[in-house]
Amino acid sequence: MPKEKITVLRSRYIPLPVENVDTDQIIPARFLKATTREGFGDNLFRDWRYDARGKPIPGFILNQDRYEGKILAAGKNFGSGSSREHAAWALYDFGFRVVISSFFADIFKNNALNNGLLPVQVSDGFLALLFKRAEENPEILLEVNLPEQSVSILPDGPEESFGINSYKKECLIKGYDDIDYLLNLKDQIEAFEEQHKG
Amino acid sequence: MQKKTLFDKIWDAHVVTRVKNGPDVLYIDRHLIHEVTSPQAFSGLERRGIPVFRPEKTVATADHNVPTVNQHLPIREEMSRLQVNKLTENCLHHGITLYGLNHPSQGIVHVIGPELGITQPGMTIVCGDSHTSTHGAFGTVAFGIGTSEVEMVLATQCVMQPKPKKMRISVEGSLREGVTAKDIILYIITGISASGGTGYFIEYAGSAIEELSMEGRMTLCNMSIEMGARGGLIAPDDTTFDYIKGREFAPKEADFEKAVDRWRQLKTDPGAVFDEELVVKAEDIEPMLTYGTNPGMGIPVNGTIPDDPSAGFRKSLDYMGFQPGEKLEGKPVDYVFLGSCTNGRIEDLRAFSAMVKGKKKAGNITAWIVPGSKQVEKQAIEEGLDKILEESGFELRQPGCSACLAMNEDKIPAGKYSISTSNRNFEGRQGPGARTLLASPLTAAAAAITGKISDPRKLLKN
Repeated sequence: MPKEKITVLRSRYIPLPVENVDTDQIIPARFLKATTREGFGDNLFRDWRYDARGKPIPGFILNQDRYEGKILAAGKNFGSGSSREHAAWALYDFGFRVVISSFFADIFKNNALNNGLLPVQVSDGFLALLFKRAEENPEILLEVNLPEQSVSILPDGPEESFGINSYKKECLIKGYDDIDYLLNLKDQIEAFEEQHKG
Repeated sequence: MQKKTLFDKIWDAHVVTRVKNGPDVLYIDRHLIHEVTSPQAFSGLERRGIPVFRPEKTVATADHNVPTVNQHLPIREEMSRLQVNKLTENCLHHGITLYGLNHPSQGIVHVIGPELGITQPGMTIVCGDSHTSTHGAFGTVAFGIGTSEVEMVLATQCVMQPKPKKMRISVEGSLREGVTAKDIILYIITGISASGGTGYFIEYAGSAIEELSMEGRMTLCNMSIEMGARGGLIAPDDTTFDYIKGREFAPKEADFEKAVDRWRQLKTDPGAVFDEELVVKAEDIEPMLTYGTNPGMGIPVNGTIPDDPSAGFRKSLDYMGFQPGEKLEGKPVDYVFLGSCTNGRIEDLRAFSAMVKGKKKAGNITAWIVPGSKQVEKQAIEEGLDKILEESGFELRQPGCSACLAMNEDKIPAGKYSISTSNRNFEGRQGPGARTLLASPLTAAAAAITGKISDPRKLLKN
C-alpha cells in the first residue's frame, strides 16, 4: 500500500495522557467489518469520542477544537491487545503520521511501521513534558526528524533522540514495504524450502 | 556447542536470512486466516498482481464474525455476511482450504488448528490474530501478525521480525483444588503487569506446567499476549504426542514415530541462558478474577481490590463501578460467558458442566455457553454435556468467537457485569459499556448457579 514518505514532520500535536490504550479503544471490534483499508478514521477512538447515540463527547481530546495536528502523544503501553492492523489504519486515516509514547506494544509497533505511521518512543520524562506543554499551549509545535532520529519541542527544545532499526527507517524514508523486499528474496526462500521440510 | 533455548532452536531453524541492522526473514510453516484480518491482504495481492505463493500452507476458517445461533441460515447482519462471503471467495480463488460456516471442522482458528493436527511441534505458525500464541502449547513458535504481514505470508511464506528476547516462567509444585490453567496465567499477568512481557517470547516450564493437559497448556499460552509477550511456548512431551496422535493432519504410523523422535529433541538445553527468569509456586495460586480494564488487574476471587492513586487506575475502577478496598465475592453479576480461544475447549465444557450438574442456573444470570468448534460441540453432545447443561437451565450455542470480542450479536449490554472465561477485559470489549471480569470456567460456573461472584472451591466441597 503506497503511503506518504516520512522524513521531517513539523506539526502541532494532540495529547492523550492515558496509559494502556489498547487497540479495542483505538478501533472497537464492531467496526472491523469492512473489507477495505479506508474509512476507519471515522471510528477512531469511537467509544471515547461519541456517546451511544453518536453525539460527540465534548471532553474527549479529539473533539476539542483547540487541539489538532498530525502527531498523537499518548500514555505508556500504547496499542496493546489485539493484532488488528485496523488500529494503525484508523490513526493514519484520521490524519496522524506519528504516534509518540514512552512504550509501545510489539504488534502495534510493527503494524504502524508497515503503514507509514511512525512510532516514536521517548522517555517517561519527555512524554510528561509533552503533556504539560500542550496543556499550557495547545499551539505548540513539534519537529520529528526521522533521518536524524530526533524529536524536539519548537522553537528551543528540549530534544530527544529515538531508536528505529535502520532497515525500517529506510523503508519509511523511501516509501518501500516489506513485501517489495521479500519478493526480491524469492530464490533464497525457495532454496530455504529445499533444505527445510516443515 | 552453544546451549540454546527451545525458542532459539525453532526460531533459528526458520531464518531464511538476517537483514543487517534489521529484522530476520522468518519462514512460516503454517498460516491460519479468518474473515476479519485477511480481506485487505488478498486485495493487496491483487493490486500487486501476484498469486498466493504456497496455498497448501494456509488454512482458513470463519469465526470472529459469525452468529452462534441458527448458523444454517444466511448471516443476518449485512457487513458480517459480506466479510464471511469474501473469505469464501478468496479461498476458492486462491486454492486455500476453508473450514467455513457449517463445515464439520469449522471453529475458532486457535481451537481447530490443534484439533485437526495442523499444529505440530517445532513449527512456526502465524495468524492475523494476537491469540495465535495458543499454539505454543505444542512447542511451536506461534504469534499474531497484522494484515500487512498476512499479505507477506500469502505472497512469500515469510514474515520480517526482529528476534524477541527470551523469558522463562517456571511454575513449580502442584496446583491446589479448584485452581486451573486460567488461574495460573491470570496470576502471572497480575504479577508482571499487562506490559511486563513486551519484547519477550516466554517459555513456560516447571512441574505444574508438565502436569497440565493440552487444553490447559493452550489456555496458558493463549494469554501470553495479555502481558505483552509476542508468544509463549511449552516443550512438547508425551502429553503433547498423545494429543496429536491420530488427528486428521498428524503424521501417520511410522511417520508419526519418526516425528516423535524428532519432537523429543525440542527442549531447552540445560544451562541455556534466558534474558529473564521468573519462578512461581503453584501452591500460592488461588482462583483468580480481574476487577479492572486490563488483564493485569487481578485478585484472588476472595480477595479485595487494591488501591492505586494513579489516574488510570481510578478511571478503570470508575468504568467497572468498583471501589478500592472492595471485596468482590458475593457481588451479583448479570452474564456468564463460557467460550473463546482461551476456554472454549472440551475440557472447559466438562469442568463447567460438572460444576452445574444437578443445580440450577440463577434467575438473574444470562449465560452463553459457546463451544470453540464444531468438533467440540459434537464431542460435548456425545458426552451428554448438552443434556446436563439443559437440565440446569443452560443452552449450548454454536461455535465462534462470540462475546469474547462481541463482533457478532453476542454483546453484553452497557453497565452489565459479565464473568467471562475469555482473555480481555478492556473497556467495551464485550459490547459498548460492558463490564468484564475474567475468570476460569469453574469460577464462571460458580457465578452461573449462585448469581453472584463466588469462590468455586466452596461449591466443589458441596
